Parts: sequence; C-alpha cells; structure tokens
Amino acid sequence: MDNIAGTKSSLTWAVHLATLALVLLWIFPTVGLFVSSFRTVDQINSSGWWASLSAAEQNEVLRAADPGENRVPDGDMFVVSGNLFPDGSEKTISVWGTSSRDIDAYVAGETADLGDGETMTVNADGAYEWRGTDDQISGRGQRIFVTAEAPPEFTMDNYEQVLLSGDRTDSMTKAFFNTLTVTIPATIIPIVVAAFAAYALAWMDFPGRALLIAMVVGLLVVPLQLALIPLLRLHLGIGIGKGYLGVWLAHTGFGLPLAIYLLRNYMVGLPRDIIENARVDGATEFQIFTRIILPLSFPALASFAIFQFLWTWNDLLVAKVFLIDATGETTVMTNQIVELLGTRGGNWEILATAAFVSIAVPLVVFFAMQKYLVRGMLAGSVK
Amino acid sequence: MSPALQGLITILIGVGGCLGYFYLSNQLIDKVIFPAKGPKAGQNINRANMVRPWLFLFPAIFALGLYLAYPVVETLRLSLTDRDQGGAFVGFANYQQMFTETKFWEAMRNNMLWLVVVPAASTAFGLLAAQLTDRIKWGAVAKSIIFMPMAISFVGASVIFRLIYVARPADQAQIGVLNAVWLQFEGGAGSFLVLKLLPAIMVLGFAGIVAYVGYILLKPFLGKGSSHSTFGTVMRLGGAAGAAYLVVTSLWQIVQLFGAQLPYGEPQQWLTIPFYNNFFLMVVLIWIQTGFAMVILSAALRGIPEETVEAAIVDGANPFEVFFQIKVPQIMGTIVVVWTTITLVVLKIFDIVFAMTNGQWETQVLANYMFDKLFRSNDWGVGSASAIIIMLLVSPILVWNVYNARKEMR
Repeated sequence: MDNIAGTKSSLTWAVHLATLALVLLWIFPTVGLFVSSFRTVDQINSSGWWASLSAAEQNEVLRAADPGENRVPDGDMFVVSGNLFPDGSEKTISVWGTSSRDIDAYVAGETADLGDGETMTVNADGAYEWRGTDDQISGRGQRIFVTAEAPPEFTMDNYEQVLLSGDRTDSMTKAFFNTLTVTIPATIIPIVVAAFAAYALAWMDFPGRALLIAMVVGLLVVPLQLALIPLLRLHLGIGIGKGYLGVWLAHTGFGLPLAIYLLRNYMVGLPRDIIENARVDGATEFQIFTRIILPLSFPALASFAIFQFLWTWNDLLVAKVFLIDATGETTVMTNQIVELLGTRGGNWEILATAAFVSIAVPLVVFFAMQKYLVRGMLAGSVK
Repeated sequence: MSPALQGLITILIGVGGCLGYFYLSNQLIDKVIFPAKGPKAGQNINRANMVRPWLFLFPAIFALGLYLAYPVVETLRLSLTDRDQGGAFVGFANYQQMFTETKFWEAMRNNMLWLVVVPAASTAFGLLAAQLTDRIKWGAVAKSIIFMPMAISFVGASVIFRLIYVARPADQAQIGVLNAVWLQFEGGAGSFLVLKLLPAIMVLGFAGIVAYVGYILLKPFLGKGSSHSTFGTVMRLGGAAGAAYLVVTSLWQIVQLFGAQLPYGEPQQWLTIPFYNNFFLMVVLIWIQTGFAMVILSAALRGIPEETVEAAIVDGANPFEVFFQIKVPQIMGTIVVVWTTITLVVLKIFDIVFAMTNGQWETQVLANYMFDKLFRSNDWGVGSASAIIIMLLVSPILVWNVYNARKEMR
C-alpha cells in the first residue's frame, strides 16, 4: 500500500527487524519456562536457562579407575586405561590437569609427564591412559581436573515427578483431572442456555426485548467479585456447599452475558429469508431453532466455547471460592501452582514443569482454534 | 462417586434438562394450553407466540438474575451491615472503617496506576504490532506468537515472570533474566544510555501522549460560543485534570531518575522494591493483553478505506504521517473499545497479584484486598464495601456500553 507511487518503502527492513524484536520479546518468557522444565535441579541452579541451549563449559574433577582392580601389566610397566565419562556422554575435553592449582596444564590429547616416567594421556573424548611402575600405579586412581564442553542436555525427570510420581505436593495429575471436570460442564451448559435466549432476543418479537438486550450488555461488565459472598452464602444455604455443582453453576452464570451477547449478535446477522421461509412452511420455532439456527451459528458457538473453556481452565478466583474446600481434594491446577509457589518457591524444575503442564492444554486449543477465537473477539468487543 | 462420572451426569442432566425443558414446554403450549385448532385456533396461536419468547428466555433470565443481578443488590446490602452484630444495619460504618485503612488507599493508588499504565501500554504495543505485522509476509506467524499469551492463565504467566525476576546472591550465577541483564551494567556510558536516557525518553513520550489527550479533551472549551451538556463538561474537565496530574508526575519522575544512584552490580529482588514492583506486575498483564489489542486493531486497520491512504501518499505524506494522521484517527473508535475492554480486565485484576506478591511490599490492589477481607479476616462488611467500590469504578463503562448498544439498535 505504501509503495503505490512506484517507490519501495525504505522502511521495509526496519519493519522486519522491529517485528522480529517484538516477537522474540513476546515468546522469550514462555520459552524460558519451557526450557527450564526439561532441566535438572543442578542445571537450573548453576546457570540461566538461556545457557542450556548452547554447549556449556564446565569444570569437573574426575578420577582414573582404581589401579587395584583395573591395572594391566605392559612389559615392566602397568597401565590403567578407560574413559573418564560414562558411556553415551557427549562431552568434549578442551584442557585438563592433574593438580588443583593448575587445572588447564595440558590440552586434550597431550601426554603429561608426572615424574619418574609416570605418564598420563587424556583425549578429547575422555579416553585416558595412565602408565607407570608398580609403585606409581597403586593406591587410589589419579585425580584429573578437566574443562569439558557439554552439549545441551535435557531430562524428562521433572515431568515424571509432576505427572507420574503421585507425590502429594508435587503431583498435578489429580488437579489436572479436577480442572477438566470443572471445565467441560462449565463450557457446555451455558452454551445451551444462552443459545435459546439469544435466538429469542434475535428473532422473536416481544415487548421488553430492547430492555433485556441492554441489561445483558450491562451485566457483561459486572465484576464477578460482587457475586462471591452472596452466592457462597446462597450455595451454603441451599445445601450445594462447596463443590463441583456450585462451581459449574457459578461459571454458567458468569459466562452467560458474553454467551448471549456473542450469539445474539451473530444470529441477528443470519439471512432473514431462511427463517421467514421456514415459518411459512409451517416449522415451529423449536424446529427453526434446532434445524436452522443452531447449525448456521456454529462459528459463534465455537468462539464462545473457546472463550469459556480458556476462562474456566485458567480461572483461580471462582474455583477458590466455590470449589476448593478445606480437604483440598478438589484442587485445580491454578490453585495447585499457587500453593507450589508457596511450598516450593525455589524449586524451579517443579514449578516450571507444573506451570507448563497447566498451560499446555490451553495452548493446544489456542493454536488449533485460533480462527474462531479471533472471530469471537471481533464480535465480542462492544462496538 | 468419581467426579468425572459426576461431571458426565451433570452434563447430561444440564444439557438434556435444557433441551427437554425447551421441547416439552413448547409442546405443552402448542398442544395443551393453546392448541392451534378448534374455535379459538387463531387466538390461541397468537397467545402461544406471545408466551414463547419467555419460555426461551426463562433459564437465562433466571441464571442471570440469580448469579449477577441479585448479588449486586445483596452485596450492597451486606456492605451496610455488620456480620458480628448478626447482620445488623450499620449504615456507612464499613466504608468509614475501610477509608481509615492504609492498605485500602494503597490498593486504590495501585489500581489507578494499573488503570493508567496497562491499557495505555497494551493498546500502544498492540497498535504497533498490528501496524508492523500487517505489512510483512510472515505477519500471520508473528501475530500468532504475540497473541499466544492470551491462552496462558494469569497464574501460569505469574510463574513465567517470577522466573524472569528471580534473584540469587551476588556470588552465584543469576538464573533470572532480568538480574543477569542488570549485572551487565556497571554505571558507564552504556548504562546511562539504556537505564536513564531511554526510560526518560519513554516516559517523556508517555507524558506527550497524555498531554495530547488532555488537549483534545479541552479543545471544545478553547473555542468560543459552543454549548455542552453538563455531564460531558464534567467528564472532559475531570479527564483533563487527570492528564495534567499524570504529565506533572511523569516529568517529576524523569528529574528523579537522573538524580538517582542506581545500585549497579548488586542482584535486585525486583518484586520487593516498593512502588516500582507494581510495574513489574503490570508487565505480566501487558504481555497478556497486547495480543488482544493487536488482533482487534489489526482488523480495524484493514478496514480503513485504501483511498484515504493513497490520497495521503499522493499528497506526499511519509509513512509516519500516514499512520498517525490518516490511520489512527479513523480507528479511534476501535482504540477506545480496546482501551475500555482492557480497563475492565485491569479493574478486576486478582490472580497476578495473588500469585506473585499477594499484596506485600505495597502491591495491593482492590480485588486482592477484597479477597483478603472476605476469606482471611472474614470481614464480610468491609469486603462487600470494597466490592462495591470496584463496581462503582466499573459503572461509567457499564453506562457507556449500554448507551452505545441502545444507540446501535435504533
């Protein structure tokens, strides 16, 4: 659009760079969490997560194998040979030494003279050969100080701990299923209730319709904070108490205004002819609704469903007030994470993994259904 | 009974019950009460059609009334009573008590800060992202990524950002990005450029925008002989006064910034630095809401008629002029919508503060203050009073929305 006069905008590169910077800035925090969830405790505590993506240089103190069991005679000398690293290690030694005061005395592959003919050779891959007389090759294995490059290394242990261990404080499995139990009915029920109401508000003529629509728009912004005490009292009073039923009802009530608003706006836009024709052909309102309106409104239903799903999945306040009782049996993931922040504040491997488990499902839904989410947002922001 | 099974049964009862209710009640009306046959068939059809909308609406109206309308009234009532005196009417005693608490005023001040900074920053970043991504090929991917935090819970985002802010003792490796970056600064010319000049310019830019908004608000009064409604006048003058306050505060902050001795070389506990820690919490919400602003504004930008842009370019406008003088004025309505929507989110902000600081170190906000009162000190009177304050803050937007919705329907 900017180059219609035949001149290419000189700003193109700036635009690309600025966008790239913005995108990196926005994805950086999430990547940090993601990467941290695959690191061990030691790794997390010894370096920032950004260091784990490139090869890390670390200093290690290792020992040659015990001469008593491993030395083999070679002429009048004895030799101990093997590898400093366990099998499968991909570390690369750059420099090494045999004294703590001089840990970078030799480069990899060099043979060190330890005096009186005793020698030590260490290769880059950790293979070593320690050669000397009967006397020299005895006692404990020779200490070797190495400076090695370790390739990025990741572990699934954290996920095992968080998902499979069943540990009371760390386990997210129960909370995961609890969240799911809260979310699904709390998403489906308001859709059904709202769809009928939206149809009446969009296509039926009755006195007070405009007022009702205005009320729905007004209720759209009522903060749910106001509802907490009165409804909790109500739930306790009529015997629902704290539990799933209460939280389902609460989410239904809080989600309804948006659902009605979104669905009504969409249904009003459906072609009048179809509905009039159906009426002329003798269809009842109920048939028009189920056979014509509902199938045609699928995009709006989908967008609200995503909204409500994300909102209920990510909710903390409503669950805390209406669901979670003193036993904590019905805790949801958001609450579990807040508790972990208290009890495991410094254990980033657990925290990061737990948080990632909780955001994984919304992220999948988000990327799979982004189209509907955007559509719903455009319709839902009060024009 | 396992909760999953219970959930399944509830879905079946809920959905089946709804469908059954709608079907049966319609049948009842059409077949039994007002049958469309016999001598009064015509009259009956009319009557049935008068009742039917209310059948469709009943469950929704019932739920809305019980779960949203009734609580507003009930909370208002509770805020005027005292639980310890068996629910006796105490007038405004709860409000009086609340107004004497420093924590409440701290929450008010912080909420106002949030209210100014978060919508402004989210909208600005969203506009920038929308404008940038609309012009390049990989814009869709970029948009997806900037939009992604919308799917992340406030609690999840809090964990993400606590990992960024985490501080370790000076002799250990820093694992929080912010401290790792902070320790790169030693107080030289680079530090001056990045930590003093750059923020100063940003704050100055903010002050400039606020001043411009104030100017727009006051513009009608600068001309002579135009009449205004009282309500409009009050709103405009109030807005302008707020803008003037913000400009003065921003300029004062800049002066202070240049005078400040920054503690270079020491890892900082970012969330415990009073006043500034509010901004570290706000960053979380800005990070989440920018995607929302971007999506809406990008759709609005695309809706701008191309002729206006082309005409401006033919007349020799540069890209900046096109953006600020042609595009932005045309999407002003959408910007206001985005702004108010984010304002609503900000007014109710709870999870982020709860999970990151729980209101310690002077980061309290109204919603968390209320939660504290309700469920920690069990003081329902003051808790309800603070909920009413939130409602009062929201109500101008409520009135405005209803007004617009009615205007649109006419």
